Amino acid sequence: MAPTAWTAADDEEAHHYRSHWELAWYRLRRNKAALLGAIIVLLLVVAAVFAPLLAPHDPNQPFDSGMTLDGSPTSPNGTFLLGADTLGRDLLSRILYGARVSLTIGVVANGLAMVIGVAVGLVGGYFKGWVGTAVMRLTDVMMAFPVLLLAIALVAVLKPSLWIVIGVIAFVYWTPIARIVHGQVLTIKEREFVEAALAVGAGQWRIVFRHVLPHLVPVIIVYTTLGIATNVLFEAALSFLGVGVQPPTPSWGAMISDGQNYYRSAPWLVLYPGLAIMLTVLGFSLLGDGLRDALDPAWRD
Amino acid sequence: MARLSMGVYIARRLLLAVGVIIGVSLITFILAYLVPADPARVYAGSNASAATVASIREQLGLNRPLPVQYLAYVGRALHGDFGTSYKLQTPVLSAIESRFPYTAALAGAGILVELLIGIPIGIISAARPRSWLDRGAMGFAMLGVSAPQFWLGLVLLYTFGYLWPIFPLGLAQSPSSIVLPAITVGLSGGVWYARVLRSAMLETLNADYVRTARAKGLGRLIVILRHALPNAITPIVTQLGLDMAYFLGGIVVVESVFGWPGVGQMAYQAIQNDDIPLIMGTVLFSAIIIVLINIFIDVLYAVLNPRVVHS
Repeated sequence: MAPTAWTAADDEEAHHYRSHWELAWYRLRRNKAALLGAIIVLLLVVAAVFAPLLAPHDPNQPFDSGMTLDGSPTSPNGTFLLGADTLGRDLLSRILYGARVSLTIGVVANGLAMVIGVAVGLVGGYFKGWVGTAVMRLTDVMMAFPVLLLAIALVAVLKPSLWIVIGVIAFVYWTPIARIVHGQVLTIKEREFVEAALAVGAGQWRIVFRHVLPHLVPVIIVYTTLGIATNVLFEAALSFLGVGVQPPTPSWGAMISDGQNYYRSAPWLVLYPGLAIMLTVLGFSLLGDGLRDALDPAWRD
Repeated sequence: MARLSMGVYIARRLLLAVGVIIGVSLITFILAYLVPADPARVYAGSNASAATVASIREQLGLNRPLPVQYLAYVGRALHGDFGTSYKLQTPVLSAIESRFPYTAALAGAGILVELLIGIPIGIISAARPRSWLDRGAMGFAMLGVSAPQFWLGLVLLYTFGYLWPIFPLGLAQSPSSIVLPAITVGLSGGVWYARVLRSAMLETLNADYVRTARAKGLGRLIVILRHALPNAITPIVTQLGLDMAYFLGGIVVVESVFGWPGVGQMAYQAIQNDDIPLIMGTVLFSAIIIVLINIFIDVLYAVLNPRVVHS
């Protein structure tokens, strides 16, 4: 693509952009809740990456000492810091390895959903005519589905595996971001710099990628972060219902599901994996809220 | 003139809704077709002979081309016939009807919990922003939206059903058995409303008319209740409608944790049983409720805010 002349408008925008990001970074650093969120996210990533080093035991190894004589799981003690599960496996090790599954699914599924949602929102918002209308009508149809039922049915049909779960979550969760991006594009394309680019003869795709998309970056950053929180919760619900990643892979939702019949005698089986989910969702939510406030205080809901 | 364009607006919304429902039915039908289990075999039972299965396939019209099957399905559905559940051997519509009162009761109770949590916490937080009470409430709100529903349900069961047995553990037997499921359904929405209300009210408190009311010597709490709250409540009404729509479509997770015999639990079992007519029926039913309530909200919004119609 031939480079076009660097205009005064571009110059001013570049200047504005830099200060905008600097201002956002400044606001983010001063937001204690956002920092707490960032620390939680960082710790989770460390737990997931270094699970083999941090876990005291093999997560899939049943221990004789993990069961009492009557066959119930051992309660938390020196060997099993958070207790053992119904098969005598170390709960702490399984929770640490579970972080890998939750974060992988949360991040990858959300990334896919963002790509689909941004593409649909851009096309629907920028291009008038039947293409734009068609993709937004498709979004309407998808939004009318009961999300969880649709996902359960899809996973059941396709047989659960890590990639199927990721694909299904992305498939049911791209719609909100498509709506948000669509709304943003409708206002962005009315702005003077788009008009100016059209006037100097820029093509449609060039305008979409060089002028509209960069203005969506703050929205994309915020909803990527918040979306991970939503997807982690959704994955947990799917594996709780038995249509997530299959055993023996440790998944927090499935661990709670396995332990729910023992919630009276062995409450730790439900309590700790649930706290892990809650902490993850909390971390990404705090960080996402902080990013939203930092990038555009006018968005505060 | 204004009345005419409102009529046009409503007609347009209805037309779009019909399109959405047709789209949903088409996607549901294609998905159902992709299910690897043979519906005739499911219907006949695992002991039936090949000849029986073949005659059932003929009888159910499963050997006809897919578009013909789809049109036949839609034709029957328009007359209220959504087929017969393979597993329950009852009409899909009557199966949904028998479960719907439970889901409706839980949905209503869940909405009530949302309001009972959201409004007081929102008011308390907005009345004393940045106080320890506000910080505590908002911290609680963050935890509330982060907790997975099924986990919250089990924690409530353990705490108030077992440790301090205030509420019954069993199914929908006594009126009080709805309390724990309702809290589970409504908590995350409730704390979310508290956050939205708080920020909406804090914004309204800076408006001129509120400053006037304050200048006249009204107390902060009175100003909040009389002026800030009614204005801040509009964004919540829309979301409440959406919540209601999603709850009525079946609260799958909470119903399965508490063994609550609603539509959501039935749909989940239908999926496990490859009971295709029942899966399609419940998904369509949920989608129709979601679409109808959305139209209702849009129209209500347009009536309250006529500028929408002209844009």
